[in-house]
Amino acid sequence: MLATLIVVFREVLEAGLVVGIVMAASRGVPHRGRWISGGCTAGVLGAVIVAGFAGTIASAVQGAGEELFNATILFAAVCMLGWHNIWMSRHGRELAMDATKIGKEVLEGTRPLYALALVCGMALLREGSEVVLFLYGIAVAGGSSAASMAIGGAFGVAAGLAAGAALYYGLLSIPLRYLFGTTSLLILFLAAGMASQGAAFLAAANVLPSLGDNIWDTSSLLTERSLAGQLLHILTGYTARPAGIQLVFYVGTLIVIGSLMRLFRNDPSAAGGQRAPVAPKIS
Amino acid sequence: MCIASLALALMLPAGAAEPEILITIKDHHFVPAEVPAPAGQKIKLIVKNEDATISEFESVEFHREKVVQAGHEITVFVGPLDPGSYEFFDDFHPETRGHLVVK
Repeated sequence: MLATLIVVFREVLEAGLVVGIVMAASRGVPHRGRWISGGCTAGVLGAVIVAGFAGTIASAVQGAGEELFNATILFAAVCMLGWHNIWMSRHGRELAMDATKIGKEVLEGTRPLYALALVCGMALLREGSEVVLFLYGIAVAGGSSAASMAIGGAFGVAAGLAAGAALYYGLLSIPLRYLFGTTSLLILFLAAGMASQGAAFLAAANVLPSLGDNIWDTSSLLTERSLAGQLLHILTGYTARPAGIQLVFYVGTLIVIGSLMRLFRNDPSAAGGQRAPVAPKIS
Repeated sequence: MCIASLALALMLPAGAAEPEILITIKDHHFVPAEVPAPAGQKIKLIVKNEDATISEFESVEFHREKVVQAGHEITVFVGPLDPGSYEFFDDFHPETRGHLVVK
């Protein structure tokens, strides 16, 4: 039971933390619960479907289907996270300063909630399909241990979600004026870590060269199998023995999203009252 | 001639040149558990699951993870690696472990 719990917890943890960060980043936005829970539900349903077609996906594209599928999902999530951050660097200050004065169109219409909902859905889709395959395997095997392993699996899911909730409430204790700066920074590193993971999948599929396999080796200090190492891996992309191509994607993502955030930053000193622009009237 | 073929090898998307190495999962053991592999070149691992349970072939040390369904096999490209010992395991049965011994 404990073994099952740990296996499932490891898989769920990443999705749990991603949802926790997304929830904190969307604090105060009306209807965010509906969007994010919708994204999560779609992700879980998608995970079940993907698990059902796992054999087909794995053998697709000359056996590289799973890697290409994972890489596609990861890079799509990177784009959504980047888009959210660029949007927040434009409007985040207004949100943090005075939530009551923000135009409704900013809060509801332009806010990229769909991007965040998609990120949650994709996190659950990727990690969830493995959990479904694993638990389905247990159920099929049957036997007396199946029930105790199912309980272990349920506790594993709960523990992963609890970790996400803990991160969410931890982030909420940050004062509002610093909250969105913090979540944007977290999301920036989350995106870079996902890009690095995606690059590793493409190298595994032989689509990209690995450009050197162990650029450094800190596995004697901290491996990704330890809890601290795994947390760091999820949140910052920490890799004890990174491949060169992972570093290229990691740094590249930081630079691209970071400079776009700067480029689109709403600079109050330059604009004075540059608030949400008034929509042109059509008479 | 030699340089030309080297340049060609670098330009072409890696073809069928990689050495193939078969690893079998049987009774929750990797066979062989110590897998010799050449250093400095990309290798193609074929992992075959002969058990009735699903496995996930994973390595933190050469960062690969891939689900292997019961009775199926998967291919994973690894490296080029430096000489050394690289651990891999079955993430769904973490006690199932093996090493890639790169020379």
